[in-house]
Amino acid sequence: MGSYVPNTLDERKAMLNEIGYESIDDLFRHIPEQVKIQGGLDIPEGMSEMEVLKKMKEIAKKNKVFPTIFRGAGAYRHYIPAMVNNVISKENLQTAYTPYQAEISQGILQSIFEYQTMMADLTGMDVSNASVYDGATAAAEAVAMCADRKRKKAFVSATVMPSVLEVIKTYCFGNELEIKVIPEKDGVTDIDYLKEHIDKQVACVLIQHPNYYGSLEDAQTIGEVAHEAGAKYVMSVNPISLGALKTPREYGADVAVGDGQPLGLPIAFGGPYLGFMTCVESMMRKLPGRVVGETEDHNGKKGYVLTLQAREQHIRREKASSNICSNQALCALAVGVYLSCMGNEGVTKAAEQSMSKAHYMAEKLAGAGFKVENKQNFFHEFVTVSDTPSEKVLKALEDEDILGGYPLDDKRILWCCTEMNTKEEIDKAVSILKEV
Amino acid sequence: MLIFEKSKTGRKCQNLPECDVPVVTLDAKDKREVKLHLPELSEGELSRHYTELAKKSHGVNDGFYPLGSCTMKYNPRVNEVAAGLEGFTDIHPLQPTETVQGCLEVFKTLESYLCEIAGMKRMTFQPAAGAHGEFTGLLLIKAYHKSHGDEKRKKIIVPDSAHGTNPASAAMAGFSVVSVPSGPDGCVDIEKLKEIAGDDVAGLMLTNPNTVGLFDKNILEITKIIHDCGGLCYYDGANLNAVMGTVRPGDMGFDVIHLNLHKTFSTPHGGGGPGSGPVGCKEFLVPFLPSILVEGEDKLVAVKEKDSIGEMKNFYGNFLVVVRALAYVMTLGKEGIPEASKNAVLNANYMMNKLKDLYTMAYDEVCMHEFVMSLADLKKQTGVSAMDIAKGLLDFEIHPPTMYFPLIVDEALMVEPTETESKETMDEAIAVFRKLYETAGEDAESLHNAPMTTPVTRMDEVGAARHPILRYQFED
Repeated sequence: MGSYVPNTLDERKAMLNEIGYESIDDLFRHIPEQVKIQGGLDIPEGMSEMEVLKKMKEIAKKNKVFPTIFRGAGAYRHYIPAMVNNVISKENLQTAYTPYQAEISQGILQSIFEYQTMMADLTGMDVSNASVYDGATAAAEAVAMCADRKRKKAFVSATVMPSVLEVIKTYCFGNELEIKVIPEKDGVTDIDYLKEHIDKQVACVLIQHPNYYGSLEDAQTIGEVAHEAGAKYVMSVNPISLGALKTPREYGADVAVGDGQPLGLPIAFGGPYLGFMTCVESMMRKLPGRVVGETEDHNGKKGYVLTLQAREQHIRREKASSNICSNQALCALAVGVYLSCMGNEGVTKAAEQSMSKAHYMAEKLAGAGFKVENKQNFFHEFVTVSDTPSEKVLKALEDEDILGGYPLDDKRILWCCTEMNTKEEIDKAVSILKEV
Repeated sequence: MLIFEKSKTGRKCQNLPECDVPVVTLDAKDKREVKLHLPELSEGELSRHYTELAKKSHGVNDGFYPLGSCTMKYNPRVNEVAAGLEGFTDIHPLQPTETVQGCLEVFKTLESYLCEIAGMKRMTFQPAAGAHGEFTGLLLIKAYHKSHGDEKRKKIIVPDSAHGTNPASAAMAGFSVVSVPSGPDGCVDIEKLKEIAGDDVAGLMLTNPNTVGLFDKNILEITKIIHDCGGLCYYDGANLNAVMGTVRPGDMGFDVIHLNLHKTFSTPHGGGGPGSGPVGCKEFLVPFLPSILVEGEDKLVAVKEKDSIGEMKNFYGNFLVVVRALAYVMTLGKEGIPEASKNAVLNANYMMNKLKDLYTMAYDEVCMHEFVMSLADLKKQTGVSAMDIAKGLLDFEIHPPTMYFPLIVDEALMVEPTETESKETMDEAIAVFRKLYETAGEDAESLHNAPMTTPVTRMDEVGAARHPILRYQFED
């Protein structure tokens, strides 16, 4: 069996003697016998490190790593600079707790302050929190933060990622806010429906941009409709797209949320990712989660602390703005390192290349008989329709170690390109599909 | 110095090749007009920047970290190697089932181990943290009562000693929170609990051992009182490190539970996350579980429950954290799991006994994996508070215990050494605690001013909240 207990049996004995006990079991004597496990745990015996690693490698081998991926739908494979993993593996950062003790946590606090600055800048907003679990919970928290006593209803577009909508609904099963889904029309949010149905009880309107199908929404107009009814406007965005696309602020949003995964985090079978939340200054005190602020120490030296804690669960208990305690801090650090490595030019390049490659692939696929369904301009994802069953299309690619787009149904496939997809890969995939 | 202050226009790292397809540009109506202000540094400068930040941080590897209720145990390196395997990191969450058999095996295997340890039927790994697990568990309770047409159960009972997340999660799940007081022994006041129990109670949230580090001996009676009134019992797994392998929450009468893989199962805290808060439940709650459950023997499949409360987040949870926890349980196995908890309890009792002649213990009896001291008397005598002692520890490179929690103990310091600390480390810490006690009597002022040796001294937190500066302001 493996063990991480340093004290030898003799040392344990000595410690027990020193405090007046015969055995460790004496320390458990006051626990009622009826609740104690009889006969030990029914799990395998422990193993050495060598055996554990061998076993873990065997398990990992049962997964198929696709060298070429054209699938996004909420998880995007972008290039991750070597620096990212190097920094998040530094033990002082990786093994630390939430930085409540500011005096010995300036490094972590500063990294979060830098992350907040970068996310606010990327989205065009005033403030950012230190992260929540992922893009879906960020969206659900955003809905809750917009609601108040008079406004207990939210309009969410049908063109958001389906599981984001589901998570919003689950959270609202809890907080009992009403969710109205704005139907889609021609692959984007039906603005006429929204105009007709929005009223003064609506707390917010939430859309995704680019939407689930990759299309650009008429984000400006939707914001205007929301604001006219006195509702807040929440935009869920892909952060990579902001290297090229207008910021949520420029479109008029009050709150921007999204999944930070494309910014330096591996796809990793769905997590850990990170949810970012940024907003305009007037909503700052409604923002859930940890926030780091700049201040001074008692000698006047600049430093950083967790702040606005009066919103949080450990102070406010049932009156807190959210129950969040652990967040995704190390992922936020990864995002900060990613954005610093890429810089303005790198992020813009990643955005432009992702979009350009998607458009190149769409054009090639159209030439191979796959009709592109998007009626509006799209970013790095798009939908094709074809008479060939999706399953058959994707199987042909899988046989060549290519993970094709995500099958929306038997005929429609949602494709994605990033800067990782070379022209050669795209041409190869299309040539395979010409034969299907 | 902030990274933005080191930035020089034109400096960069070279990460991406040039575009090999025709470049597409956006129409003006969708094109970003506002300037980006990301840092521009060479790779060498960047690397130094983060090394500097790491130096100004304090992790488990930097020294003793007896942070009560957070279980800051050693984070084994093999876990990190396992979580870094390409066969885990490079798997798309929406790949075909036959290409993710390894990922499903990770979930299935760890689920079976943790259900055995917790005494539960099934478990979902979707919750990303303890608080997220609590919220999930409470929604299961809500859905269960709803499925019985029992809509009047609006109350969740929470002890006054509970973690702040408990009442906050209950509120998020749409419940009203009723606080049950602790008795003079630090445990749930049974008579008061009986008064509160009724047909409007949806459930009780409890951790056992509780937040003062004591095992509530009346646990079977407590869970029975709740069950008799038609409520369900929720176990906050924050303190499982005291009893894993010895007592199972399921056997104590709990119906639903969350575990903290980042506490009990050794995955790193990451400066605040990511954690993982899997939720386990008894058979009758399984139909309401969110996300996927893994079924099958040779060919694994992911299934969804039809009465599920719905998704709690995208995809299936913090998968790489789950991989780490699996490596940990595989390493320890059936004997190592109880060995870990027993030594956690031994270490806590050792430290408590070596300090109790000086420091006042909130409850002077056998503790579990942590103990709570009250510095109220010390403060009265010397003016030195729990905060001052905590800050004094920083000058000895010891991370302070949890301060001012639980709320029912005045001037509380909650100490949890964990099983991965050696006798010498604890002896050194005990000596420091004793020295600080002496200093409190001799030179209280020096402790009011502590720490002195850290990169910064005590921060103006009031000023930070009053005039929030939450980002760097660029000149343009």
